[in-house]
Amino acid sequence: MAVVTHPVAHDGHSMTQSHSDITRDVVATLGPPTRGYLVLLFGAVSLLLVGILTFLILVKDGLGHAGYNPPVFWSVYITTFVFWIGIGHAGTLISAILFLFRSPWRTAVYRSTEAMTVFAVMTAGLFPIIHIGRQWIFYWLLPYPNQRFLWPNFKSPLLWDVFAISTYLTVSTTFLVFGLLPDVAAVRDKVSGWRKAVYSLTSVGWRGTNNQWRHYSRAYLYLAALATPLVLSVHSVVSWDFAVSLVPGWHGTIFAPYFVAGAIYSGIGMVLTLIIPLRRAFRIEHLITDYHFDNLAKLTLLTGSILLYAYAMEYFVAWYSGNIFEQTTFYRRAFGPMWWAGWTMIICNAFVSQLLWFRKIRVNITALFVISIFINIGMWFERFVIIVSSLSNDYIPWAWGQLNPTWADWGILAGSFGWFGMWFLLFAKNFPIVAIQEIKEMIPMPRKRGGH
Amino acid sequence: MALLKRRPVRVPGLLASFLHVDAAADAIRAVRALGIRDLTVYTPAPNHEIEEALGQRVSPVRLFTLIGGLSGCAAGFGMTIWMSYDWPVLVGGKPIASIPPYVVIAFELTILLGALSTVAAVALFSVLMGKPGAAYDPRFSDDQIGIFVPAPSDQAGRVEQLLRSAGAVEVRHEA
Repeated sequence: MAVVTHPVAHDGHSMTQSHSDITRDVVATLGPPTRGYLVLLFGAVSLLLVGILTFLILVKDGLGHAGYNPPVFWSVYITTFVFWIGIGHAGTLISAILFLFRSPWRTAVYRSTEAMTVFAVMTAGLFPIIHIGRQWIFYWLLPYPNQRFLWPNFKSPLLWDVFAISTYLTVSTTFLVFGLLPDVAAVRDKVSGWRKAVYSLTSVGWRGTNNQWRHYSRAYLYLAALATPLVLSVHSVVSWDFAVSLVPGWHGTIFAPYFVAGAIYSGIGMVLTLIIPLRRAFRIEHLITDYHFDNLAKLTLLTGSILLYAYAMEYFVAWYSGNIFEQTTFYRRAFGPMWWAGWTMIICNAFVSQLLWFRKIRVNITALFVISIFINIGMWFERFVIIVSSLSNDYIPWAWGQLNPTWADWGILAGSFGWFGMWFLLFAKNFPIVAIQEIKEMIPMPRKRGGH
Repeated sequence: MALLKRRPVRVPGLLASFLHVDAAADAIRAVRALGIRDLTVYTPAPNHEIEEALGQRVSPVRLFTLIGGLSGCAAGFGMTIWMSYDWPVLVGGKPIASIPPYVVIAFELTILLGALSTVAAVALFSVLMGKPGAAYDPRFSDDQIGIFVPAPSDQAGRVEQLLRSAGAVEVRHEA
């Protein structure tokens, strides 16, 4: 792990940061909550309560409240499921893939993005359960010995999804908790009273001995190496939920890479939305600097450009296929009754990201924050357009129908933001949101014989 | 449980703190030259100079990653193929056990068991190969390097001198 670049070296003054400064600054983020934090937490919990209430009504009365209208039986819930699963992907990209690439800039941001991954996948995992209608028998999805000796159909992409999502949730949670161990120990050694007791328990005896580091560093490398193909597989599997069917607009071989790029794009959008206010609230501007935002923005530009290509290619293939159903679907995406959604998707994703060619915009925090909101909206609409516009006009015009979203759709959508926000806020206040140990690893320790 | 039982035992020895990484590496080499091998070195982050001075071999966790991954792969194919034949249903004119879709399940289980067994191996090795009873100081997770040398009282003076001349900022006797 011969890392030579200082994580925050690009802005000169940070070179003076010592190991004890890092511990002090990160532990300071865990102090008593401010009023602003409590307001945000209250907002998140209120949204969650809206979601819970909506869900209870759905359990009582059934899915009839949602805006399903034949032939559209996948709509806002599946859209939001894919949206949240996608959000998670940027976290794993930054924490695992950039770790393998030895990108020095990942250190300062990876903990917050990894936490975002875990909570986004936790949120996404709720949606298939809400969507199935009889939520209390969701465990029928799992292969377990039952009195009817039935097993699930492993040839169905929906079952691949069950395995992909549950593996992703387990592995990313493991990766997050494992990475937290040394940092929780560092916090334990700084605090006192009941907090010390709690962190002692959660650091499970970590002391940073040579033996512990020896196994830990190796294991971290292998976890990153396992998480890398996993993250690419998860959104590919999600895309096959669509691509394996015969619905026009879904049945494309481009879907897996297209979805993975879109997932990472949407995830980085959410990363920016979260860490721009977070670093100010926690006063860690010197740890997460322009250098990190510049790199995040470049990643956004790359994935946004892949999306631009994928959108163009979808239209090209639809035209080139000579297939009237495919052509009609794509014509109606741009000029049909859902034209506004189709153009929202194209403008927010393919075009807004092109602004990031300019360095001035990449290091302008306000501009980045605004762009990140566009990305979040655009990526939700991308999934909405793919799912709803394809289903609403598939083959026979006689059977076409439009979706009519209702309060039940929006209530669950709002609840999902509340659920995600609540977990993220609670995490940020209780665990180090910047990886103490990894930043220390990049700052050379003082030497007796000159040098640093 | 073994962990809880072993903890209260305190090993007599010397606990030295270092601010400088090269000083700590010198001290490790000097103590190892004396023939004392079971040192415990605490660092705030993994450090290559310290690892080289200790002459550690690569951790065996990778073997567990491999075993876990292979078992996951075998479990994935085994489960899907066995369950398909246990209640054979013809789906889409495909063979009862159709390998291509099962690759997805086997792949996910490879990752799942590979990752979980890696973490389990770290927990196992940290307990099994750890040196119980070594003294600790909270500063070692902040900005100092700690070296605990288990030494009987007759050797303690000599070791202390070595640690101090290498550049220890503090040496404590732990009984």
